[in-house]
Amino acid sequence: MRPQTDTIIDSKPDTRGKVVVEMQHVHKSFGDRDVLTDFNLQLFERENLVILGKSGSGKSVAIKIMVGLLKPDSGSINVLGYDVPNLSNKELNELRLQIGFSFQLSALYDSMSVRENLEFPLKRNLGIYDRQQLNEKVMSALQDVGLESARDMNPAELSGGMKKRIGIARTLILNPKIMLYDEPTAGLDPVTSGEINELILRVRDKYNTSSIIITHDISCARQTSDRIVGLFDGRNKVGGTFDELKKQNAPDLQPFFNY
Amino acid sequence: MKFRKFLIALAEVFRFIKRFFKEAFYPPFEVKETLRQCFLLGNRSLFLIVFTSFLAGIVFTKQSRPSLASFGAESWLPSLVSQAVVRSLGPLITGLICAGKLGSNIGAELASMQVSEQIDAMEVSGTRPYAYLVVSRVLATTLMLPLLVIFADIVALMGSFVMVHAINKTSFTLFINEVSAVVTYLDIFSSLVKSAFFGFAIGIVGSYAGYHSEKGTTGVGKAANTAVVVSMIFIFVIDLVSLQVLTLFRAQ
Repeated sequence: MRPQTDTIIDSKPDTRGKVVVEMQHVHKSFGDRDVLTDFNLQLFERENLVILGKSGSGKSVAIKIMVGLLKPDSGSINVLGYDVPNLSNKELNELRLQIGFSFQLSALYDSMSVRENLEFPLKRNLGIYDRQQLNEKVMSALQDVGLESARDMNPAELSGGMKKRIGIARTLILNPKIMLYDEPTAGLDPVTSGEINELILRVRDKYNTSSIIITHDISCARQTSDRIVGLFDGRNKVGGTFDELKKQNAPDLQPFFNY
Repeated sequence: MKFRKFLIALAEVFRFIKRFFKEAFYPPFEVKETLRQCFLLGNRSLFLIVFTSFLAGIVFTKQSRPSLASFGAESWLPSLVSQAVVRSLGPLITGLICAGKLGSNIGAELASMQVSEQIDAMEVSGTRPYAYLVVSRVLATTLMLPLLVIFADIVALMGSFVMVHAINKTSFTLFINEVSAVVTYLDIFSSLVKSAFFGFAIGIVGSYAGYHSEKGTTGVGKAANTAVVVSMIFIFVIDLVSLQVLTLFRAQ
């Protein structure tokens, strides 16, 4: 089933792997305000899909629905074979263990050190309490994001970019199949943004993850995307690779390319 | 419309409380985090409770003395103070101080975690934040309040003794004899049960306010404020209900 969008450019139909996330006709409103209207999306295996849109266009709501943090009003959401809106708590937890979610504000637990932040999901989800095993896993995840030296620091001592990377390390420690990045470069300077973008690509290559990257940062979209979906007023209106969308001259996307 | 909203909010509160009992009494249990919270919450309030209870013991004794003296019943001072402290003053002082100190602390802490998406982060990583954050805190306040009340009662009686001794030169042995002659096991037991309910109210109200706080920094302040005000109201309501129940017991 292909996504129902106004304009979809099918860039490499034959080389795509299997579908790992599929959202069909999803509708979500808060009170009288429609946030998502007939939203459709497919994410393929090992693909980096960017959802591009202005602030308040419903991008974060879409990925929160994917992990069951928000319930849709209608529509179907299938993630790794799980029918998300109809899962029991146990099944939802099983699914969530296979998804890494990097939050816009990093969401590091500020009462814990960096090491404790990374150990927390290992202890609670995998029941790992062996000190040596914990140290190995923590150091490996920190090496992946290039922040071994931050192990004993507290979140308050970290810069914005470091927090983002530690947040990603905390999700990588459980070896997720899907990574969801909510505004990974928001509030960062261009150099640090570039480092985060490179990290997103490295994560895909090392962990074989499929990723959805929510952003309004066009350079992040250019650097990290295999495919881009434009989300405007709760609808996904355009889709394609970065170059295809640039050529397409879609009015909704022009402000991004001209910026 | 407002009434409908009120009913929805009420249903949410009941669901929150129901979830507490479901997660508190079914494994996996949050033993380590609950013990950590017990230490933190108990330790955090101990000094304040000891200090205020001591002062309350002194003040209450000094204020009661003239009334008793006018009836020539000054020797009843230890009996009167001890009954008042054990039955009402100790639990009430402890409850109100903990509502202010622990309730605001729990409300603000969870609200700031909610605002900075830390609770969502726990949720999506499958780490059962409700059990970790709410159950452990509510159990800690429920278990620690009776212990703090015991401290408060002892210290308030010490304060009272200091005042009685200063005025009447009453010996410590006589004071203790007077106290133990009037304070019954039912007084002690009911006071501890009542304070456990106080603790539960403080924990659950603080957690609910924090867990369901509005986004933004104003949400944190509002959650802390709600936690304090609502739990204080609950403390007085519980006190009144327990008084009615005890009156029935004593009448039998």
